Amino acid sequence: MAIEGRVWKYGDDINTDLIFPGRYTYILMSESEMADHALEDAEGGFNREAAAGDIVVAGKNWGCGSSREQAVKALKARGVAAVICKSVARIYFRNALNEGLPVIVCPEACDALADGETAEVDFRRNLVVAPAGSFPFPNYPEYIQGMVDAGGLLAFVKKQLSERGKMK
Amino acid sequence: MAGKTVAEKILSAHAGCAARPGDLVVCDVDFLMLHDVFAHLAMDGFRKMGGTRVFDPDRVAIIFDHSSPAPNRKTANIHALTRTFAKEQGVRFHEAGEGVCHQLMVEKGYAKAGDLILGTDSHTCTYGAVGALATGIGATDAAVTLLTGQQWLRVPPTVRIEFTGALQPMCLAKDAILAAIGRLGVGGASYRAIEFHGDWLAGAPLADRMTVGNMAVEMGAKCGITIFDGMKIAPDPDAAYESTVRIDLDSLAPAVAFPHMVDEVKPVSEAKNIPVQQGVIGSCTNGRIEDFRIAADILRGKSVKGRLLVMPASNAVLGQMADEGVLAVLLAAGAVLCTPGCGVCCGTIGGVPADGERVIATTNRNFRGRMGNNQAEVYLASPATVAASMLTGVISDPRDLL
Repeated sequence: MAIEGRVWKYGDDINTDLIFPGRYTYILMSESEMADHALEDAEGGFNREAAAGDIVVAGKNWGCGSSREQAVKALKARGVAAVICKSVARIYFRNALNEGLPVIVCPEACDALADGETAEVDFRRNLVVAPAGSFPFPNYPEYIQGMVDAGGLLAFVKKQLSERGKMK
Repeated sequence: MAGKTVAEKILSAHAGCAARPGDLVVCDVDFLMLHDVFAHLAMDGFRKMGGTRVFDPDRVAIIFDHSSPAPNRKTANIHALTRTFAKEQGVRFHEAGEGVCHQLMVEKGYAKAGDLILGTDSHTCTYGAVGALATGIGATDAAVTLLTGQQWLRVPPTVRIEFTGALQPMCLAKDAILAAIGRLGVGGASYRAIEFHGDWLAGAPLADRMTVGNMAVEMGAKCGITIFDGMKIAPDPDAAYESTVRIDLDSLAPAVAFPHMVDEVKPVSEAKNIPVQQGVIGSCTNGRIEDFRIAADILRGKSVKGRLLVMPASNAVLGQMADEGVLAVLLAAGAVLCTPGCGVCCGTIGGVPADGERVIATTNRNFRGRMGNNQAEVYLASPATVAASMLTGVISDPRDLL
């Protein structure tokens, strides 16, 4: 399975207040409404112009700050196909797994990709393909891969509970 | 084999196996905290998995603090659904105005030494102050714990931050933790457990330990455990730390975190004379009686320049402020009292600054737009620095008042 999309490039420490502002977080809204506010306070044209299939490429510590799951949902609802970063904050990573938004940690690819370029991610071969070259990224740990294969955390836990009565 | 850090001990105990950094373990969770904005999302996930009864109602608390009291109809209706769920399930429930979730978790004794605690808020790490391993999660993860009483976690390596020396006059716990964040950076302890060591902290009051533990997440940490005298689960003397960072309190000056990053920490001398239109004293970081006493000592008999919002971390703190006369002093100085809760800190209810305004606050985050206006600036500081700045209308060094 592979995806290909336009790159939106960000630097380090892009926090979840930038990805989905607090003034919307505590208001109930639909996922399509959330999509409209994605990266609204961040620099660049993403909020105005991003289209389904686009890819976010970022520096270190993507998604730091608040635990708001909307910071993942908004990107997913906007159609972002993947986030490729040098590193990701831990709550964001967990939320992304749970919402089915691929977050790929691949520092070399991030350095090689520029805003506006096209990036491709080959999930079978674990490769990010940039104009400048191909860059491998690591597999998930087995337990996490199990979650992804089951279709997300909720589906995974439901299955575990029915088969074993508990999460492990 | 090396000894264990506190995080390794607690995770091993809750996973039922020897947990080493890098391991992925499934743990039994002692307590789950949900607040008013994310609880209903966790409830949805809970139902999607076919959940009907929560794992243990005595070990779940739903606390209304972020968007409380309800500012609009939609939120009010969500609150109503959550109240119904809380009642049906028999979980612990705290209504709007009782206080910030993290303050209540400690005040009510829900967070205990050696516990593994999860909460739908990144500042859940606060309870490291009582020697618990406490960490923030999203609503979907919370749904899973709500149903199963368990969660998967990666075992973090531990970074040791050691505060050496003693706090100088007018320097407070907030200055110490801001110095640590300035040194490590917002991603400097990403995925790590932090243990905060040092003679000062070992004998410091709980309020100070909460201020320190509260901001561990601002370095990207999974949890921030304060090491104090008599703690139930202490690190082994031969525990293996990934790194040690020393912060010298003897040479520490009052600190200010400049907009728009928590690690833009500079000594207050570099912020002097920046005009501020609004001050905030309160929140889970610095909303305890100790913080308001300090502010009252500075503001007694004087008047503030600008708007000072005072936001006690709980109604118990507010009651104590009233009993001690601290509240009267602050009100006489011109302070405005806000609901015990999170509203002002995260821009949900009250205190949104205007375009171009600057706020100096005892809260824990100053990202662009944090208080509800992305055209305003937020500076973070201690209660003493905020109070001193409200006397003059510009960022001021509290030591000038000595």
